[in-house]
Amino acid sequence: MTDASLEPGPVAIREPMRFRETRRAIRTYSRSFSSMLGLVIVIVFLFIAAFGPWLAPYPQDAYGAIDFGAKLLPPSAEHWFGTDQVGSDILSRVLIGARTTLQIGVTVTGIAILIGVPLGLIAGMTSGWISEGIMRVTDIFLSIPGLILAIAIVGALGPGIINAMIALSLVWWPGYVRLVQAKTLSQRNETYVDAARALGAGPLRVVFVHVLPNCLSPIIVKASMDMGMAILGAASLGFLGLGAQPPYPEWGAMISTGRAYLPDWWWATFFPGLAIYLTVLGFNLMGDGLRDVFDPRQR
Amino acid sequence: MQRLILKRLGLMVVMLLGLAVITFTVANIAPGDPARLAAGPDASPDMVEKIRVERGFDRALPVRFGLYLGQLAQGDLGTSVYTGRPVAQDIAVFLPATIELVLFSILIAVVLGVPFGVLAAVWQNHLPDHAIRFLSVSGVALPMFWLGLMLQWYLSLELGLFPLGGRLGTFDDVPTTITGMISIDALLVGDLATAGTALMHMVLPATALSFPALAAIIRVNRAEMLEVLGRDYVVNARAQGIGPFRIIAIYALKNAILPTLAMIGLRFGWMLGGTVLVESVFDFPGIGLYAAKAAISSDFEPIMAVTLILGAAFMLTNLLIDLMYALLDPRVRNQI
Repeated sequence: MTDASLEPGPVAIREPMRFRETRRAIRTYSRSFSSMLGLVIVIVFLFIAAFGPWLAPYPQDAYGAIDFGAKLLPPSAEHWFGTDQVGSDILSRVLIGARTTLQIGVTVTGIAILIGVPLGLIAGMTSGWISEGIMRVTDIFLSIPGLILAIAIVGALGPGIINAMIALSLVWWPGYVRLVQAKTLSQRNETYVDAARALGAGPLRVVFVHVLPNCLSPIIVKASMDMGMAILGAASLGFLGLGAQPPYPEWGAMISTGRAYLPDWWWATFFPGLAIYLTVLGFNLMGDGLRDVFDPRQR
Repeated sequence: MQRLILKRLGLMVVMLLGLAVITFTVANIAPGDPARLAAGPDASPDMVEKIRVERGFDRALPVRFGLYLGQLAQGDLGTSVYTGRPVAQDIAVFLPATIELVLFSILIAVVLGVPFGVLAAVWQNHLPDHAIRFLSVSGVALPMFWLGLMLQWYLSLELGLFPLGGRLGTFDDVPTTITGMISIDALLVGDLATAGTALMHMVLPATALSFPALAAIIRVNRAEMLEVLGRDYVVNARAQGIGPFRIIAIYALKNAILPTLAMIGLRFGWMLGGTVLVESVFDFPGIGLYAAKAAISSDFEPIMAVTLILGAAFMLTNLLIDLMYALLDPRVRNQI
């Protein structure tokens, strides 16, 4: 009875406040030029990833159609980004490669969150050897340069785009454990958590309904940044010949093939790299903007 | 301070053990036969069997881990199929080159990053600030290997300003090995010309390698300067008529530099990882190129060894940075 009479009050107040907060967030975000630039880049990238095969002027070139008659042509009206050593249109390959890149970013970041966030919550909410153990393992993982560990894992599993994604995911999760553990630790003795407990909320309810939502904003900011970083990591593995294998349309692998044709046929290297740079830049700027919104003190 | 050092050293031992567990696990998650992997792709069945017994691959996992630790303790990192030499010997040859490159790279990042960070803070929200922040955002987003290739393309192939790659020209004499770092060895024996050549060879790879660190240093230093410049003692110094240069360079920077220092330590590990890319671009014979070549040719033991060595180097740097932090800042010292 008392519950029913108490509930509507806070909810009724909370709704418009949340609405106002959203409006404030959008205003803060859109006031910053660089944040908006990031958002625009990310939207363009998502658009290309979704519609790449229809946007590409020569979609058959994406998986290595061979036309030696048109090999290594400089940028022109027919081939905006020129053609590569087997006569494939580089613009088409870059556009279609966006989907590969997006898949890599989402997979790696997603798996890292799925592993890292639960471990972080457990480490933050409990104390004793479980929490201690999780954090020690995390620390050890964080102390190995990520790219090197990824190379070692790919070395063990064998080169290829799937293995590259597995390797990057295995390297990426510790960052989330650190982040969520720190945040959880600071939240778990807050008054609102005590209040929830006093009202009889079980540990799972406390974690998922009360603590986790308060950890969401740093997770979102980190995820946005990590999309860019994971893309960079996968491209690096592709460049080293350990990720996607040519003629698969992956930007890093394209650079790896194209570098043999520097300096005379620079476009085979230049454009895929530019695509990586702009995409990563977009996600980073967006992440920066989100951080400004969620945590104004960080500015 | 002594207690702190002991405590951190103890922790370091635990971490190193954990690192060995990770490399051991990675080596054993390989879907194939570990003896086959260690023997290399071209080994005959007899050789594989020989290696299986020699390196104990036929024993149980915990026993093998024990053997692995025993080998590590003796400095035995296995044998490279590619070079045919013990990995430890290879690493001893290649590691100094990488350290030299990373140190030079850190030097570039600090020498450019600290003043840029200060400038951006002093000119907050003006043109220099925007330009420097753009540089800093780009530094993280630029693929290091691509930046390296572009620098190589334009500055060495087109303009001929810098050598294409390697540590020295084909006809240059390598100075007697003292530290293994060519520029320093040459300086030690007073051979300025060779030291200069070695440095010229490092300019492009080190620049490409320094970009992410440069970005991070600018960012941290800018934020710290902004905070420090708003403090009361800075206002007080201004009121006393102390010149702006003295205030910024001495009063403010001194207090803003600590987080930057910590940042450099953190970046050191990332740079070690980045050497794989940059050394591949510039054919710079360091541990990164060694790891990249090993990974491509499925030469397994060198990759594991490099992972182990770089992980250990990173841990050691972090330890040193933490201790330096404690030494410089009494508040940190007393907290622990």
